[in-house]
Order: sequence, then structure tokens, then C-alpha cells
Amino acid sequence: MRLHEEVEVLRNIPLFANIEPSKLKLLAFTSERLAFQPGQALMRQGESGDSAFVIISGEADVMVSTPAGPLKVAHYGKNALAGEIAMLCDVPRTATVTATTEVVTLRISKDLFFRLVREFPQMAIEIMRVLASRLEKTNELLRDTNAKLAEANKR
Amino acid sequence: MEKSLFKFILKYSLRQQVFLTLLSIASFVPYYYQLSVPKTIVNQGITGKGVTFPVTLLGFQLSHEMYLFALTLLFLFLVIVQQIFKYSINVYQGISGERMLRRLRYELYGRVLRFPLPVFRRMSTGEIIPMITAETENLGGFIATAIAVPVFNGGMFLVSLGFLFVQNWGIAVAALSIYPFQLYVIPRMQRRVNQLGKERVRSARKLSDRIGESIAGVEEVHAHNISNRLLAEFSYRLGDIYWLRYDIFQRKFMIKFLNNFLQQAGPFLFYLIGGYLAIKGSLDVGTIVAAVAAQKDMGAPLKELLNYYQLQQDARIKYEQVVQQFDPDGIRTADYQLIEPEKIEPLKGELQAVNLGLADDQGNPIVEGISFTVSLEKHVAIVGPGGSGREDLAMLIARLMDPTKGRITIGGVDLATLPEAITGRRIAYVSQSPYIFAANIETNLFLGLRHRPRTTLEYAGEDAKAYHVRLRESLASGNTTDDPSADWTDYEAAGVADMAGLRKEGLRVLKLVELYDDGFQLGLRSTIDAARETALVDGLLKARISLREKLSGNGQGQLIEGWDRTKYNRNASVAENLMFGSPVGADGLNLERLAEHPYVQAVLEKVGLKDAFLASGYEVAQTMVELFADLPPDHEFFQQFSFISSDDLPDMQDLLSRANKERLNELADADRLRLMSLPFKVIPARHRLGAVDDALMARVLEAREVFMRDLPPELTNKVEFFDPAKYTAAANLQDNILFGKIVYGQAKAAEMVIAMLGEAIDQHGIRDAVAEVGLGFECGIAGGRLSAAQRQKLAIARCIVKHPDLLVMSDATAPLDAASQARVLDAILDEFKGRGLVCSLHRPAAARRFDHIMVMRQGRIVEQGNFAELDKDGTLFHELLQHD
Repeated sequence: MRLHEEVEVLRNIPLFANIEPSKLKLLAFTSERLAFQPGQALMRQGESGDSAFVIISGEADVMVSTPAGPLKVAHYGKNALAGEIAMLCDVPRTATVTATTEVVTLRISKDLFFRLVREFPQMAIEIMRVLASRLEKTNELLRDTNAKLAEANKR
Repeated sequence: MEKSLFKFILKYSLRQQVFLTLLSIASFVPYYYQLSVPKTIVNQGITGKGVTFPVTLLGFQLSHEMYLFALTLLFLFLVIVQQIFKYSINVYQGISGERMLRRLRYELYGRVLRFPLPVFRRMSTGEIIPMITAETENLGGFIATAIAVPVFNGGMFLVSLGFLFVQNWGIAVAALSIYPFQLYVIPRMQRRVNQLGKERVRSARKLSDRIGESIAGVEEVHAHNISNRLLAEFSYRLGDIYWLRYDIFQRKFMIKFLNNFLQQAGPFLFYLIGGYLAIKGSLDVGTIVAAVAAQKDMGAPLKELLNYYQLQQDARIKYEQVVQQFDPDGIRTADYQLIEPEKIEPLKGELQAVNLGLADDQGNPIVEGISFTVSLEKHVAIVGPGGSGREDLAMLIARLMDPTKGRITIGGVDLATLPEAITGRRIAYVSQSPYIFAANIETNLFLGLRHRPRTTLEYAGEDAKAYHVRLRESLASGNTTDDPSADWTDYEAAGVADMAGLRKEGLRVLKLVELYDDGFQLGLRSTIDAARETALVDGLLKARISLREKLSGNGQGQLIEGWDRTKYNRNASVAENLMFGSPVGADGLNLERLAEHPYVQAVLEKVGLKDAFLASGYEVAQTMVELFADLPPDHEFFQQFSFISSDDLPDMQDLLSRANKERLNELADADRLRLMSLPFKVIPARHRLGAVDDALMARVLEAREVFMRDLPPELTNKVEFFDPAKYTAAANLQDNILFGKIVYGQAKAAEMVIAMLGEAIDQHGIRDAVAEVGLGFECGIAGGRLSAAQRQKLAIARCIVKHPDLLVMSDATAPLDAASQARVLDAILDEFKGRGLVCSLHRPAAARRFDHIMVMRQGRIVEQGNFAELDKDGTLFHELLQHD
């Protein structure tokens, strides 16, 4: 895939939608294109992370390890952004992301990402939106789980 | 060493000096006649006074003209003989001077090697080095002439003077009358010059000391921004030296002026007095001519004599200074260094210290009243807070320092009485700041096994001649005749039979100190002489195939894109694809600047690719300018990603604005080259620029064939083309096994390939061979190309490999990380089971596995015993443990 095709992919991701094309081109050029085979992990929970991944094609599962074993918390497809939490707030990876099909990604380095965020406030807003919706999903999951737990206790 | 210069000269060069003196005296005979013949030429040959022609000479009848001719020929002959004498004397003087210089330097260097260690705390290398190198140089020159010059020149002077007296005592007295003044004034002036000269030497020594210090402390210089201060100090010193030198040369020229003036004043007297006498008829003209010539000749030797007198004063003082500097208290005797016992018995029995004390140069005790007795087979730990003297005790036990009080014995033998041949071989010592020499790992590792030549090299033909000349000169200068090219390795001491065995042992020890993997990795990145290492080459080629098989077996065959002559390698740069081989040597083809090479340009021309490269280069340049123009010039992306440096970017922008895309051909040659060189750096799989498309790649393949086919003879040995069945000697081991590029864009590709590569290497049993190649890695100055931990491990390994009876370690594992510290120390404890081990430990907890622990405080042993005995409430050891 050529650089300009990657730029097209990036433009379709809401996070980057409002960034001018030359900056996206720089983002694409300085980012490593990385392919993962099915079963290969993009990142592992607990590892330190200095980059995020934009999924250009393929699908991946997001798993969190719990005392009861691994728990699937989300599923990523095309145009998804993965690994931005560890990159944003210097914490270890919060989840393991494993490719379920062949996954092609663009690995974005922390340095470049922050430069872009600083230059384009729209991006920060977009990130907030993504994070908030993800929080909402997590809460929903928690509510479900709590309900199930209460039901189980009742029995 | 002889305290006085003349004793030194007589002791080592008496024969040469006598010979030179005799030669000088012999030369006076032709000299005297050379002076007297001109008189005969003028009086008899020219004016024919008192001669009746024809003259009978040696049975020949000679006319007036022929007689003059014969006399002048005689004069010419005498001149030649005299000059031959002079030449021989000079050459012989030169030889004996060089020998004495060589002897002196050798002696001084030998002394430095015997200095007691504390001396180096007050004498810096910056002072020692110029003393051995620059300052002795003049000394050598003087020594050569020490006796011959006064004899020769004094003789010449006397001969000239004698000649004058024979001719006419009046003229002789007149000639002499100038000298008293000369003899009085000039030495006085010269003396001051000499004093200044000495000062200059001292300042120069200080200067070199400062430079040495700045280099040694360069980290501090930058860390604390003190360059300006150093520059100011340096400039101040330079200023001092400037004025010194100014003073010196001014006085020197003044002396020269006076000397020359007095010299020229001589003829004035001759012409005046001699002329008057000639007019009166009591002196003939020939005598005046001869007298003027003789007086002129007298000047030169006299000048030399004066010069000699000053030089001698200077040399004497310099010699005494140097000798004094090189004779510090406590210097060990030469025997201590040179004695080679018939058989070196292992050290056995008890390690015992009796009332041991060590004081610094002001007499303050560092270590005091140390007494202990412990079997040499036991492992001893010395612990204590910093400054407790435990490092000094370790050095005393290793015999690196001599105690000022008491003694250390092993098996009842006082260590101080043993030559270094025993202590340096049977005892090993390593501190936490060991020195790695600027040689390869192997040389550093086996350093402790090379004490004296074990073989005598046999030379043949020209080499034998050269060797014997060398040997003769070494002997003539009192130097060692040991041959550095011989095999010095003591295989027996390492418990092996030959070099192959020693390398195996070396690798075993490297494993023990956890340096083996480093060696293996360095080996993978090294190149080898393929013609010599045929077995390894064979293994590497097999590993190349196995790696492919393993990867395809795992379905990971796509992780390496191999070199295939008919295919374009998308994971390699265009330059690599075009050359399809490894460049050999630094002066041939450079992959980074391939486009600039005239042959490459010619190839592109031949295939008609120039326009395509120009267009592609234009595209790359445009993209680069578009991507990077807004970035600040110091942004790291320039270095990481840009094809154009931030400095060149404005120029490139300018070029693009000037260029017309359709008419790139019209650009200047330099601009076209700049554009054309850009695509050479593109790696299609990595850069995804689109500037190198499938069509261009196909054309590059054509160019590759032409490049190979038409390679001119002068480049055939500058490139080694890739061949799947052949080893590429110019590429490193790893690249040879990979034989291709690890692909871009596959997650963990490098990790997986490298892991497989290790398996392939093991499959063919060449891991040790690769690690052995790593032993050839050059460590750099002071081991600078190795990390601190690697240097430390290497220093420990070199102690183990010489199989000492006693290993003394002074915080030697401290520079390693905590985990490997414990592992390496454990391995050493196991290795030295039944042999002596004394460790000064900075962490008392590490003493747990030692048999005997000595706890030190303020230079004394306050507690000793085993771990269980000492680890009790109320002991210092317990307290130290708590704080560990």
C-alpha cells in the first residue's frame, strides 16, 4: 500500500478526520506499518507502551485478565485505535490485544502523537469522545455483571 | 641507575668513546697538512719563491705549472681525507648516541614498570611521558658527543693554534688576544639561556600534564561546563611559555651576533699586523693567507667547544633531574622483575599476615596491626565500611603494594621476597576499575598467560638477516632480546595443550562470568577470513539453508526476503539492489554514496535509467520537502526518517523551485546528482513512497546485470556479489546466514528470525566457533568499545583463565547488575573450590558463602570468624548486615 492510500485510511478514522493531509502524510510516513498474524498479540497487558496502533485491516480481540481468567472486553475492527491509554498516561498496557485475523496496523509513536494533539485540539476532543464512549461501554458491562452477580446471589 | 651522567656514559659507551677519540686524533694529521699546504702553494707553487724549475718530485720532473697543479691536487686530496674522517666520526657518533638514547629510554620505562603504586598518585602520566620521550632526545645527542667533541674540536683548535705559532708567534698571539673576551662574556650569557631553557622544559611538562588531565577528566569538563576556565588557564600557561621562548631566542641571537662579530674581527688584526710586517719584509704573503684561513678554522671548533660546555652543563642537570624522578623510594629492583625461576611451584599452605601495616607518604596509617592465619584453600571475605582499608589490605595480599610494617606469608614464604614471576602468575588480582588494553578480547583475556617467550621463532632468508640485525642492536643498547612475535602463551598454566584448547578454556570461563553471549553477538557482527576459516564457513552456509528450512517449516518463510539475482528485494535499498553484493574495503564503492560513483553513473547511462532516476528523485525530494519543511531543524525525525538533512532542506527547496519537472535534464550536473542520489536510499517495503515503482524496480534489475557484467578490472576486488552457494567474506556472519533482509512490517519479525538463527547455529554446532570469532573484537582505547560491565567481566575472566592459586578481588563484581553479581560470585566460589580466594566485598551479605570473614574498621580487623559466628547481635558485622 502506498503512502497516499494510508493517508486515505487515516482520514476515514474519526480521530484524524480533521487533520490537514500533509500532517497525516507525515504521520503515515513516520509510522511503521506492522502486520500481525492471527493469534499474535499487538500488545500485552502489563507491558509498558510507547505507541498506539491504528488498525488498517483485520480484526482483533481485546482481553483483560481477571482472577477468573481472561475476559474479552471488546472487539476491534478496521479504523480502530488501540493502545492509546498506555501511551496517553504512562501506565502499563491495560489489556491484551490479539489478532483474530491477519491484522495490518500503523504504529504511531508517542512523540508524534502528542505533537499532533498539541497542534490540533480537535484531535483531543475526538480522543475524549472515544474514551468516554469506551468508559460507557465498560460501565454497561459492569452493570450487566453486577446484575448477573446479584441474580446469582439471590439463588 | 648511575647517578652522574659521565659515569653512565663511561659505563655503557667507553669503547665507542675511545674509538671516537682515536678517530678524532687521527684526523688531525691530514688537517694539519691541509692547513700548511696553502702556504706552499702560494709561496712555491704560485710565486715560485726559493724553487728552481723543473722540480723533481717522486722521481718526476715537473714544470712550474705542473708543480702548481700537483700541489693543488695534494690540497684537494687532503680536503677529501679530512672530510671522510669528519663524516665517519659523525656517523659513528650518531650510532653510539642513538644506542645510548635507546638504552636510557629502555631503562627509564623499565623503572616506571617497577615504581611502587603510590608514586603514581603524585606523578602524572603527563609528566612521565615527555621525560621518557622528548627530554631524553637531546640527552642522547649529547651523550654521543660527550668525549669526542671536546677532543676533536679542542684538538682542531690546538692544531690551528700550533700551526699559527709555527708560522709566526706574533700573529698567533694576536689571534689569541680576542678569545679571553669571548671566553668570558659568552658563557655568562649562555648560562642564563640555559636556565631559561630549563624553565621552558618544566613549563612544557606542566602543559602536557594539563592536557592529559583535561582528556582524562573530559566527562567532568562537559558535565560542569569548565572548558572556558580550562582554556583561560591554558592560555595563561601558553603566555608564560611565549615570554620564556621570546627571552631565549633574543639572547640566543645576541650571542650569535657577538660571536660572529668577534670571529670576523680576527682577519682585521691579521691584515693590520701581518700586512704591516709584510710591508716591512719580515713576513711573506703566503703566511698571512694561511693565517687568515687558520684563524677562520679556529672559530668553528671554538664555537663548538663553547657550545659543548653549555650542552654538557645542561645535559648533566637534566640527567640528574630525570634520574632523581625515576628513582622514587621503594622502587623495586630489576631482579624482582627479571628473575625467572627454573620451576614455578604452586603456592600452598597457610596465608598468614603478621602485624601488617601500611602508611601513606605522610606516615598516616591506612592499615595497621593486621594479623590473621587462614588456610589458602579457604575462601576469605573482607568486609567493612568504605575507607576501612579493606581495598588496601586486598592489594597488600595481592602483592601490588609492599607493607610498611610486618609481612604476609604463604606457606611460610614472605611474599616480599618472591619475584613477580611467582606472585604475578600464582596470584591474580582484579579491582572494580580494571584496565582493558587497546587490543582484541582474546589478547586481553590471555594477557595473564604471557610472561615470557615460550618458543623461539625460526626466521629464514631476508627475515633472518633482519632479525639478527635487530637482535644485535638490542644487545648493543642493553635492551631485552625477547621476541614479541614468538608465542608467549603459557598453555600449561591454563591446563591446555595448544591455542585451540586455550580458546575452548577461554569460552568456558567467559560462560562462567556471563560474557559468552556478548562474545557470540560480537562474533555474529564480525567478518572472517573466509579462505582460512573453511570449517566455519561451511557451517555458516549450512546454517543459511537450515534457517530457511526452519522458517518455512513454521510457515514464516516470508520473514526473510532472500537475495535472488533475478528478483528485486523490496526490503533492501535501491543501492543494495543495484550493487547486489557487499562492498569490499573502505576506498571502493560506498553504499551510502553509490550514486556519485562514476561507474554507477555510467551503468545508469548505459541502461538509459538516468531520466527515470531523475524523475524519481524529483518525486522523493518533493515528498521530503512537503513532509519535513514545517519541522524545527533539530527535530529527531530528520535523523530518523528524512532522506535530506535539515541543513540541506532549504537548498533542496530552492532546487525544486528552480527545476521544471518536464525538463530536469537541463539542471546543472551537481543538482542532477543530488536528485538522482535520493532514490538510491529508498527501501520500497519500508518507505512506501511510491517513488520507486514496479517499472523502475524492473529497470534496476537490468542495471544490476549490466553492473555485474561490465564491472571494470579496478573494481572487481571492491565488490563481492551475492551467491546463494557462496560465503560473502565482506559481509558479517549474521548477514551471511540471513542471506537477505528481515522484512519490514511484520510484527516481531526480527525477534523470531534471530531466535531461529540461533537454533540453526546450534544445529550445526558452530556457536563456539562464532563466539571465538567474537574474541577478535577490538576493545578500543581503554576498552572503550565495551560496556563497563563487559570490561569488568573480561577482567575477571582473565584472572580465572590463568588458574592462579590465589585470586584476590576488590569489589570486583560491584559494577555488574545485582542479579549477575550474585550469579558471577557464586560461579567464582565454585570454580575456586580448594584454591585461595580473598574478596573485599562492598556488600556484607555476599559474604554468606565464604569460609572466613574479616571485618575491618579504620584500618584494623575488629572481628573475624565464619558467617554464623559473626551474625549475632552486638557485632559490627551484624550492624553492617542490617544496613545492607
